[in-house]
Amino acid sequence: MTSKKARNSLVIVSLVFVAFLVFALARDIHLNGIHIYTLGAIAPDLALPGGAMVPIRIILEVDGMSIFMGIIWATVSLAAAIFSLSHMARETGQTRFYTLLLLMVAGCFGMILTGDLFNLFVFLEIASISGAALIAFRTRFADAVEGGFKYIVISAVAGLMFLFAVGLLYGQYNSLNIGYLANVMQYGTLDMIALTLFLISLTIKTGMVPLHMWYPDSYTVAPANITAMLVITSHACMYAVFRICFTLYGITLDATTVGWIIIIIGLLTMFVGVTMAVFQTDVMRFMSYHAISQMGYMWMGVGVGLAVLGNPEALATYGRDAISGGIFHILNHAMYKPLLFMTAGALFHRTGTRDLNKMGGLGHNMKFTLILYIIGTLSIAGIPPLNGFASKFLIYESVYQFNPVLAVVAMLVSIITLASFTKAFQSAFTGPQLPEYKDVKEVPKPMLIGMGILAAGIIFTSIFPGLIVERIVKPATDALINQAAYVNGIMGGMP
Amino acid sequence: MMEYIPLNFPFLAAALLVGISFYILIFKRNLIKLIMGIGMLASGVNLFLVALGYRAGGNAPIYTDVPEGPMVLPVPQALTLTSIVINVAVLALMLTMVILIYRHTGSLDSEKSRKMKG
Repeated sequence: MTSKKARNSLVIVSLVFVAFLVFALARDIHLNGIHIYTLGAIAPDLALPGGAMVPIRIILEVDGMSIFMGIIWATVSLAAAIFSLSHMARETGQTRFYTLLLLMVAGCFGMILTGDLFNLFVFLEIASISGAALIAFRTRFADAVEGGFKYIVISAVAGLMFLFAVGLLYGQYNSLNIGYLANVMQYGTLDMIALTLFLISLTIKTGMVPLHMWYPDSYTVAPANITAMLVITSHACMYAVFRICFTLYGITLDATTVGWIIIIIGLLTMFVGVTMAVFQTDVMRFMSYHAISQMGYMWMGVGVGLAVLGNPEALATYGRDAISGGIFHILNHAMYKPLLFMTAGALFHRTGTRDLNKMGGLGHNMKFTLILYIIGTLSIAGIPPLNGFASKFLIYESVYQFNPVLAVVAMLVSIITLASFTKAFQSAFTGPQLPEYKDVKEVPKPMLIGMGILAAGIIFTSIFPGLIVERIVKPATDALINQAAYVNGIMGGMP
Repeated sequence: MMEYIPLNFPFLAAALLVGISFYILIFKRNLIKLIMGIGMLASGVNLFLVALGYRAGGNAPIYTDVPEGPMVLPVPQALTLTSIVINVAVLALMLTMVILIYRHTGSLDSEKSRKMKG
């Protein structure tokens, strides 16, 4: 018993420590700019030893965008780990569960902090392998194993396509470093093929619409805390897309075409995701389709910014705001979507079913869960005082100037989102108390604390949206747009 | 003998492997065959990486008893080794999951063992 407590506190303490380090690093980056760390060098910032022209060692490079994703990961993984203390308490093999959970955190931190393409692939695979094992963790359910199998197959194919593209770039430029490659990028035919492979593989991994089939299947069956972490794994893959489009290819890219491709994928994702969600009766599946739909907003916002990357005037008027809106929406989505998945997990924890038609009247006994669900719902639907509104408004406003049709579709999707969440709310929480759920109790404290951390984040962001945008969203946007700063971080003062 | 083999022969082989594996991934319904397809895809990509590392006239970077001439930078070989290790882990995990799926559903047909729709 004591060893279990020691293990659990070790997990929580290490995640708190990681969060502390991330915030310290964020402060440092805010003050001093881009940080690099060269693995195995005499001095950490020695990217080009002895006047070499090409960086040979693996270099970690952290700028505003990376640390923005780092803050998300630190917060949400801590909340998910606290939530799992009770949610997984009935399972066997918990030591392995926490090992895999920490491995997944390590994999995704690697993805967002690295400045090396092959290293990105390795960490992508680490996150995929541990993620698949965690999805299938409750092996007594047949569908859990099936969801895990789908995830690992999709991840393996996507990962190998990514590796192929990395090979193509290495064959031409003899380097794997993103900063160096950005410096010498020609955008020839092979580079276009590599870009296509990168985009397809990461679109699969993110779960955007033409390739989203695995997404609801895997997310539904995973334990709710793991689903929360899978949501932000998707964000980490999305970060890789943005890093590749903006930093690796940057201005050499045919910005209008690629930007429109990303906008159209985003638009499709938004619309198909929400229309599929309306028909679902499984609460986790319902939320998975909403998670797909919300990711469309981010791609649309950032895609608009990418489409006007070559046009400084349009970029200054609305492009920068569109990217900020998309990135701000990542932060908001990373708080309310895990919160909603966790409330769904709380319902499953107490009722043992995921079917909305079988639930009812749970609001009588699960009052805190009810309040947390309402916060999440209002936030996802973009109701004015909450943070979902702040980012969606930023997207509507800037996208409208680019193309009004896009903004109209985005608003329509938001309305359908609210409608379907109201329906789910009504069938799970309201109504008379059902006889079979008469003795249902509120979920244990650790689950409430895990959800509470995210709800507190939502409320903080809702009260101070200006502060968040100025301090962490705008630096992330500038880090994406300013390719030269990233290149300089590696290449120093070299021509 | 070497000069009779065209230099891009390994690349063609890699492309063929990738093509066959995509055919398997799309059209085969047996889960074990699916896993074999992923194994072939991995081999194709690894072959591509190793073929990239070949430089005509270069020496292997082994510092004992080295002949005259330039050495190659062994990055693609290092990449391939890492990739092989990762794929071992992926394939092992997939096979364990297939065993569990077979225990639950009694079938390896991807259409019959599907529980989730919609």
